[in-house]
Amino acid sequence: MKTLPVRATATAGLALLAGFAVLAIVLHLAGYDALLAIGALFRGAFGSTDAFVSATLVRAVPLIILGLGIALAFRAGALNIGAEGQLYAGAIAATWIGLQVGSWPAPLAVAAVWSGAAVAGAMWIVLPVLLRLRFGVLEVISTLLLNFAAEAAVSYAVTGPLRESSGTYPQSDPIAASARLPVLPGSRLHLGIAAAVVLAIVLWVLFSRTVWGFRLRAAGLGPRAAEISGRIPVKRVLGVALLWSGALAGLGGGVEVSGVTYSLFQNLSPGYGFAAIAVALLARLHPIGVVVSGVLFGALEAGAQGMQREAGVPAVAVAVAEAVVIIAVLLAEAAARRSPSRQPATPVAPG
Amino acid sequence: MDIELVLAGFLAAAVRIATPLLLAATGELINERAGVMNLGLEGAMLAGALAAAIGSVAGGPWLGVLVGVGAGFLVAGIFGAVVIGAGAQQIIAGTAVTMGSIGLTGMVARTAFGPEGPGLTIPTFGPLPIPVLREIPVVGPALFEQSLLTYLSWLLVPVSGWFLFHTFPGLSLRASGESALAARAAGVPVDRVRMLATLGGGALGGLAGASLVLAQVGTFAERMTAGRGFIAIAIVVLGRWRPGGVLLAALLFGGAGALQFAFQALGLEVPYQLFLAMPYGLALLALAGVGGWGRSNAPRELGR
Repeated sequence: MKTLPVRATATAGLALLAGFAVLAIVLHLAGYDALLAIGALFRGAFGSTDAFVSATLVRAVPLIILGLGIALAFRAGALNIGAEGQLYAGAIAATWIGLQVGSWPAPLAVAAVWSGAAVAGAMWIVLPVLLRLRFGVLEVISTLLLNFAAEAAVSYAVTGPLRESSGTYPQSDPIAASARLPVLPGSRLHLGIAAAVVLAIVLWVLFSRTVWGFRLRAAGLGPRAAEISGRIPVKRVLGVALLWSGALAGLGGGVEVSGVTYSLFQNLSPGYGFAAIAVALLARLHPIGVVVSGVLFGALEAGAQGMQREAGVPAVAVAVAEAVVIIAVLLAEAAARRSPSRQPATPVAPG
Repeated sequence: MDIELVLAGFLAAAVRIATPLLLAATGELINERAGVMNLGLEGAMLAGALAAAIGSVAGGPWLGVLVGVGAGFLVAGIFGAVVIGAGAQQIIAGTAVTMGSIGLTGMVARTAFGPEGPGLTIPTFGPLPIPVLREIPVVGPALFEQSLLTYLSWLLVPVSGWFLFHTFPGLSLRASGESALAARAAGVPVDRVRMLATLGGGALGGLAGASLVLAQVGTFAERMTAGRGFIAIAIVVLGRWRPGGVLLAALLFGGAGALQFAFQALGLEVPYQLFLAMPYGLALLALAGVGGWGRSNAPRELGR
C-alpha cells in the first residue's frame, strides 16, 4: 500500500495557491473587487450542497475523463493538446447517435452513444498519430491545429446536417430520452460521475499492475532504453496511448451530451480540453489524483460562473489561475530535476 | 466576370491576410533558430492585438503598434523566464502561457470595451499606395496598395536573413540552436541569447497581433487570433527555418485565407466552415509533406 505522496500533494497545494494569488492580483489590477470575486468563486463552487453537487461535480466529470486521457498520453511520452477537439468530435458523434436510438432500451442507447463518442475521439487523433509515427510531426502542433478544425466541424454540423428541425438556432434537436443519463434526484449530477471514477480506478490498476501499463511508463520515462531493451515497441505504445487518449476525450464529449446538454451547439465546452491539461499535471499524472484535481478544477469552473454572476468578472478570467497552476507545477518539476539527490515523484511531463 | 479583377482582388487579400502570419512566423523563426519553440506565440499575438486596440483608441494607430509590441514582449518575457530561466518544459509552458493570455485578454477586453466590444471605433492604418509600382497590371494593386505594416513585414525578411546569416550575433544565435554545448565552449552566453531571441520573437508576435487589428480586421474580438500563432509555427517548419521560405509559406496561407472571397466573387457556393478549417488542414498537410525531408533542417536543439 503506497503512502500518500506528500511531496506531490504539497506541490499541488502550493500550485493552487499560486494560481489563486495571481488571479487575485490580476483582478485587482483590472479594477475588480478581488476579495469579492474570489469569495464569489468559492461560493459558486462550495457555497451550498447544490452548488457542490450540481455545479462543481457536474463540471468535474468531463475534466476527470479528459484528464485521465491526457495523463495516459503524457505517461507514454506523448503530448495530446487536442483533447478539446476530440471532445467535440465525440460530442458530434454522440448527438448523431443519440438522435437515432429513440426506440432502443436505455442502457443500450447510452452504450451506443458512449462508444460512438469514444470511437469518434480516437478517429480525431488518428491523423496526428499517423503524422507522428510516419513523418515525425510533433503531435503537439497537429492535435492543437485539429482543435480549430473540430470547432469548424461543429459549426457546420449545427448549421447543416444536425440542425434542429425548427431551424431557428444553430443547435441540434435534443437527443432521445433513452440516450439521456439518469440523474441524482434533486440535482444535475448524472451517471457520468460513476463512469469517471470507474475509469480512474481501471487506469490506476492498468498503470500499476499490468504489463501494458509498465510498457507505457517505461516508454515515457526512457524511450531509448525501452527501445534498446527490445521488449518495448515504443512507437506502437505511443500510438496506442494517443488513440486511447483521444478515445477518452471523445467519451468525455459524449458524456457531456448525454448527461448535461442533451444536444449539440457551438462552444459546448468552456475549454475543458485545456483545463484538463492542468488537471492531469496537478495530479502528477496519477489516475486517482486526477479525480481529486478534476473536482478542484470543476470547482474553479463552477466558481467562475459564480464570479461572473456576483462580481461581474468574465468567467474566462479563471484561465489565468489554471495557467499559473500549470506553470507552478512545471517549475516544481524543473527544480526537482535539477536537484541531484532527489528523484521526482512521478513524471510530470514528457521531455 | 472580369478575371483580372478577381485575381487582383484575390492577391491583394492574400497579401493582407498573410501579413500577421509573416510577422509572427519571422519572430518565431528567430527564437526557434536559437533553439526555443514558443507555443506562447499565440498568446503574445492575442495580447498584442488587444493592447494595440486599446492603444490605438487612446492615442492613434502608432501608439497601438507600440503598445502591441510591448505586450508581445511581456508575454514572451514570462515564457522565457519560466522556460529559459527556470528550465521548465517548453511545450506545456507555452500552452499554459497562451491559456493565461486568453483568460487575461478576455477579462481586460471586457473591462476596456464592454461586452459588445470596440466595434468600429478603433483608428486603423489605411493602405499606403506606392506611386509608380501600383500601376503594374494585376500585381500592382495587389502588392503596392497595402498598409505600412505589410511593407514592414516584407522588409523584415531580408533583414532577418542578413542578421541570421551575415552577422556575428546571428551566428551566436544559430549556434545556440544547433549545439548549445559547443556554443558555450566558444563563449556564447546561450541562455542570454535564447532569452533575447525569445523576447524578439514575442515582440514580433505582438506586432503581428497589432497588424491583425490595425491593418486587417479593424477591430478586436475575443480569441480573434484563432490559432494564427500556431499556424505561424507550422509556417516556420514549412519555410524550413529560412526567412525566404517563411515568406513563401506565409503567402500560401494568406492565399488559403483569401480563397473564401475568390469563391464568393466567382459565385461558387461552398459552406463557409470549409474555409474556416482550411488553414489548419493546410498546415497539417504542410507539416506532413515537410516532415519527410524538411525536418532535417530544424535547429538541432529545438524543443529540448
